[in-house]
Amino acid sequence: MAALTPMSLELREISYRYAGSTSAAVTGLSLSIERGRVVGVAGPNGAGKSTLCLVAVGLAPLTIGGELDGQVLIDGRAAGEAAQHELAVTAGILFQEPETQLSGSAPTVWEEVAFGPRNLGLSLDEVVDRTWSAIEALAIEGIVERDPARLSGGQAQLVALAAVLALRPDYLVLDEPTSQLDPEGTRLVADAVGRAARQTGAGVLIVEHKADLLARLCDEIVVLGGGRVAMAGPAGKVLADPTLEALGVMPPARTRLAAAAAAAGLELPAERLPPR
Amino acid sequence: MSALVATWSGSWRGFRPYLIVLTPLVASIMLINTFLYPGAERVLFVVGPLSATEEGLTAASQAALRVIAFAFSVGLFALTTRTGELIEDLEQRGLGRRATFIISAAVGTVPRMADRAREIVDSQRARGLDTQGGPLARLRGLVPLAGPLVLSALTDVEQRTMALEARAFAAPGRRTVLRFHPDVPGERVLRWGMAALSFLLVLLALTGHLAWLP
Repeated sequence: MAALTPMSLELREISYRYAGSTSAAVTGLSLSIERGRVVGVAGPNGAGKSTLCLVAVGLAPLTIGGELDGQVLIDGRAAGEAAQHELAVTAGILFQEPETQLSGSAPTVWEEVAFGPRNLGLSLDEVVDRTWSAIEALAIEGIVERDPARLSGGQAQLVALAAVLALRPDYLVLDEPTSQLDPEGTRLVADAVGRAARQTGAGVLIVEHKADLLARLCDEIVVLGGGRVAMAGPAGKVLADPTLEALGVMPPARTRLAAAAAAAGLELPAERLPPR
Repeated sequence: MSALVATWSGSWRGFRPYLIVLTPLVASIMLINTFLYPGAERVLFVVGPLSATEEGLTAASQAALRVIAFAFSVGLFALTTRTGELIEDLEQRGLGRRATFIISAAVGTVPRMADRAREIVDSQRARGLDTQGGPLARLRGLVPLAGPLVLSALTDVEQRTMALEARAFAAPGRRTVLRFHPDVPGERVLRWGMAALSFLLVLLALTGHLAWLP
């Protein structure tokens, strides 16, 4: 009987050094994102989170150069063996700076979102369907006629995420997708990401500083520190760990309140704590 | 031809910037050639130490008309053609995705660079740089503007490359065309007619049949 192909994006003992740099940005890093699961990545600035994202989708080193040790396997296939356009459909990435995600060639937001599906040469109906689905998922119908270069930071972030969703990749790698968003925008992103994982079965790797969002979305969480895995495990367990703050990650409100109550000798019932 | 179409379409107002640029250029061509044409002998009139010559006036008129025709052709093209529609049509006709991207990105780059330059000037001004004084102060303000502008444009190239790769820009085959622009028979006849006329004029010029033209 043939062995089953593992449906996961897997990083095995990854070490990566940027071109021109003498030290590695990430070292000996391993993690796995299964289809339909959401893995959160947290950690202080400079921990290697964005580098991890670039490596996971193959942009590092395929496009930006640098030196990679270890293996990136997407559904059992080495990422280095795939062409970049194949990787774009397999593992889509949302960059930290949304403006850099935009093509710079589309006159309207609608065409910006359609840019990726059009590149794939899909039928016009399919392009239109994917574009509107992504736009509706993030409730940006009101700005479809706007020039993508003249959006606010939050709007640009939603457009950039819509552009990634329109490609319908098997894995989504999101580098701080809500950094410029208000609470309503954050909720929309959380809903869209949750839907991508639960309904379409995409595997999601999400880098976030908002621990409450990680608590709501993630199955597992990896905390990075100095380019290495400092802590990893089920989301509930990691986010409740008392050493989390020492690793540069602010615990969710629920955990902080419970800890404060415990320190004051109080015992708060679960229903009095903020929701997850 | 451009002037005729502009008159017909009522788009003269759009030609104003071209006229503003053309006027000093045409004036200098006329003056220099009319008064300083080398080897000219037939004097029309004299102004102080300078003589206006017939040969010079003829050469000046020819050169000025060429410049005007070129500028009006460019102007007419810019005023009557929407860049987006042109790109879509070229794409429909099989222009490659890279060529299409270069054209549309180039069109979008100018206002974006202008926006960025404005941001840099504002931030330099917030740090006390005088960018609104006399010509010397403005000249000094150019150096701290040019550095960040060029460097950020270079950084953009790497990020833009990643963005394009991440959005399947390198995928093989043709991109999906969003809008189809019908090629109506009238336009087709006009297009081929213009091409045939241009070819005929070149042929007549090469065989010496247009020697009677000034």
